Amino acid sequence: MSEKDDRFSQAFKEILSGGLTRTLLAIILGFLVGALFMIVSNKEFIEALGYFFSRPADAFAAAWNVVANGYGALFRGAIFNADADSFEKAIRPITETLRLGAPLIAAGLGIGLTFRVGLFNIGGTGQLIFGMIFATWVATRLELPFVIHMLVAVIAGILGATFLGALVGYLKARTGAHEVILTIMFNYVAISIFTFLMRDPNLLQEERATGNPKADPAAETALLPKIFGDEFSVHFGLIFALVAVVVYWWLMERSTIGYRLRMVGHNPDAAESAGVNVKRTYVIAMALSAAFVGVAAGNQALGTSIGVIPSSHANIGFDAITVALLGGSSAPGILLAGLLFGAFKAGGPSMQVIGISPEVLGIVQAAIVLFIAAPPLIRALFRLPKPQTTNALAAIRDRFFRKGGAK
Amino acid sequence: MKLELRGITKRFGTLVANDSINLTVEAGEIHALLGENGAGKSTLMNVLYGLYTADEGQILLDDKPQDFDGPGDAMAAGIGMVHQHFMLIPVFTVAENVALGNEPTGLLGSMDMAAARNKVLEISERFGFNVDPDALIEDLPVGIQQRVEIIKALSREARVLVLDEPTAVLTPQETDELMEIMRQLAKSGTSIVFITHKLREVKAVADKITVIRLGKVVGTASPDASTNELASMMVGREVELTVQKELSELGPALVEVKNISVLDDRLHRAVDDVSFDVFGGEILAIAGVQGNGQTELAEALVGVRSVIKGAGSIAVKGKDVTSASVRKVLEAGVAFIPEDRKKDGLVPEFTISENFMLNQSFTSRFTKGLNINFPLRKEIATDLVDRFDVRTPSIDTPAGKLSGGNQQKVVVARELARDVEVLIASQPTRGVDVGSIEFIHEQIVSERDRGKAVILISTELDEVLALADRIAVMYRGKIVGIVGPETPRETLGKMMAGVSA
Repeated sequence: MSEKDDRFSQAFKEILSGGLTRTLLAIILGFLVGALFMIVSNKEFIEALGYFFSRPADAFAAAWNVVANGYGALFRGAIFNADADSFEKAIRPITETLRLGAPLIAAGLGIGLTFRVGLFNIGGTGQLIFGMIFATWVATRLELPFVIHMLVAVIAGILGATFLGALVGYLKARTGAHEVILTIMFNYVAISIFTFLMRDPNLLQEERATGNPKADPAAETALLPKIFGDEFSVHFGLIFALVAVVVYWWLMERSTIGYRLRMVGHNPDAAESAGVNVKRTYVIAMALSAAFVGVAAGNQALGTSIGVIPSSHANIGFDAITVALLGGSSAPGILLAGLLFGAFKAGGPSMQVIGISPEVLGIVQAAIVLFIAAPPLIRALFRLPKPQTTNALAAIRDRFFRKGGAK
Repeated sequence: MKLELRGITKRFGTLVANDSINLTVEAGEIHALLGENGAGKSTLMNVLYGLYTADEGQILLDDKPQDFDGPGDAMAAGIGMVHQHFMLIPVFTVAENVALGNEPTGLLGSMDMAAARNKVLEISERFGFNVDPDALIEDLPVGIQQRVEIIKALSREARVLVLDEPTAVLTPQETDELMEIMRQLAKSGTSIVFITHKLREVKAVADKITVIRLGKVVGTASPDASTNELASMMVGREVELTVQKELSELGPALVEVKNISVLDDRLHRAVDDVSFDVFGGEILAIAGVQGNGQTELAEALVGVRSVIKGAGSIAVKGKDVTSASVRKVLEAGVAFIPEDRKKDGLVPEFTISENFMLNQSFTSRFTKGLNINFPLRKEIATDLVDRFDVRTPSIDTPAGKLSGGNQQKVVVARELARDVEVLIASQPTRGVDVGSIEFIHEQIVSERDRGKAVILISTELDEVLALADRIAVMYRGKIVGIVGPETPRETLGKMMAGVSA
């Protein structure tokens, strides 16, 4: 084998052993697991099993049908509906995916940030709720001009979430309490405070709600404007999420702050010796993490014209953990993972319509993350090589994309 | 027992760690395996011990081919290994540690402690080890802990004993005692493989020497070969073993340490009332056996570890930094090469260029506002890799993928490239190959010649003697004395054991 061939085969191995290949395989496997659940819970399939040995083709046909119908419905509900009678209706599913993916992306960035610093923020829900409290208060109790009101409310949401995140970081740094315990407990505290505030008309409760915990609807001026007109419900939350992606990328990959965050994540001892205050970094990391979650809070509090209720957090704080895991805590990864999970949320109802339980999608999500979390399992299943330690890939990339005089 | 390795080849991906190595150790022979770090000594021994499977080749014991599937098989076949880092449980007694994994049992599987104690006593007496079977490991000095490891191997009827860099943690006296033990064991018929990179010890104790370089046997030698001969065999070229050093002019006191005391992690007083000054243009070596407070002293100087309040002070360039943060100390003009590069000196997952800016991420030439100055960083990294001869495929290679010596060069390059007046170098050449040691030593001396104050913390007496202008010897947290570089080795050895000069 010549040296060149060798280099290419090395590079191929690197690609195979890389995170991207594993992630794609995990997603495919996740869908297969979901398909399995659809098949075994399908009535035609079970009936066909009864006479499997006389006419096995029936069982296979039934299995194929249910999977094709199920994932077909998911596609129609989340990407493009070819059966729709107008173009607007045909592309509405994809805009729904964008709308539902936006808060997952923003919150996913927040959780991903803590992963990069070696922390685990399970308190997305609590931070999101604190953000919603602040944003809702600004949106319902202040009177400000159009646009400005919205911006102030979004910033308030970010600050509210940041406050709770910073508090967790401070308690960790000061007392040594573990952030996982702290964030779990603050989830309970936050949801209770939220409900409490929505039970009192003097605080956040809508006056007509009479006893039910429900907040006033946000003022018109504070609502996130629709991007593509009233035909589509996707609103400026998406823009904020995309801005957050860019900010996150800059912060983690380009800035000195992110450099230190990553340093502490990889090796706190070396960071300490290099003059980085590790404890302070934990506080900063938790605050920044919660700030990204706060963007999602603004999305939830200001995205609809009906008032928020205690369940308006929509479990985003937890889904964000899976988004961050799937996205490998990188900006582009989280963007794509958020959109995938947004698609699941958008497509769930249309699966339900044709009689397939949308919980199948929950199983798909969980299965994907399980496969992601077990790289050796994926490697064994697909006989992939172990992670390579060469720079063959970079060398080849250099060869093909060598810039004039750069080297 | 006679040990023979025939054509052992072990590959890791494209890297050939062992390239058809042949090695024969006769019964009762002390066979030194000499080679730089990364030469493939440890890989070879891990193959022998069943931790790796060889891709090619054969292991023969008394001319019978062996097939080891894990250390259990190797032990059963009579191979014992004493690792560089001891595998002992600190809160267990000597007898419990020796019995561990091979417990003599009595009725209903209850452990027969008496049998375990007797075994320790028996072996200890036979070879004059002088080890108390009931002592807790954590209370024993490292030299004795090492003997426990040897007893552990012997208690499993080891007829071939592999000692991996056994003298790294010992005082010169303890080293002599270990050599005596090795001779005794050899006399009783045990074959000993002695892995090391210290030439002096090889010459003192070995019957036969095999030199390994880049995974290949490059030759054998007898112990009466000259040190220079052995060193050039090991490195593959002529080596300068002594560092050229001119007298230098002393500048002002750049570091002033007065009566400081420091606690270790277990809240014992690790540094006890230590004072010294270091002047510009001199190298003050802090010598001593590992674990006598040097680590804690270095950490205290840099600010990673706090000094006991109210007692003592540290000043750098006349500025008090006793309770300053690490960042303040570094910014006051201190460069720091930590003793454990993997733990404190590098982020293995970071690329080489990222590691070059590790302690300069706040405001430095690497930054532009809040942004990292990527083009300049690339330029600096390329230059440093070149200047300090870091062997790496590219500046974007993760530091963890480099060999130990090259990792150390990254740390040294980073610290020496900083424009500061004080250098604290803790074990700057630990686990570094001879060629790099030479280079790092030259660099340290040239820093001194430029008027920097250098504090060299080293447990290697050779290194201390080669570099120091003054030598402070530490024992149990105190400085036993500060002496000149012409002090004889024996005197220093005594001081390292706590006897004042």
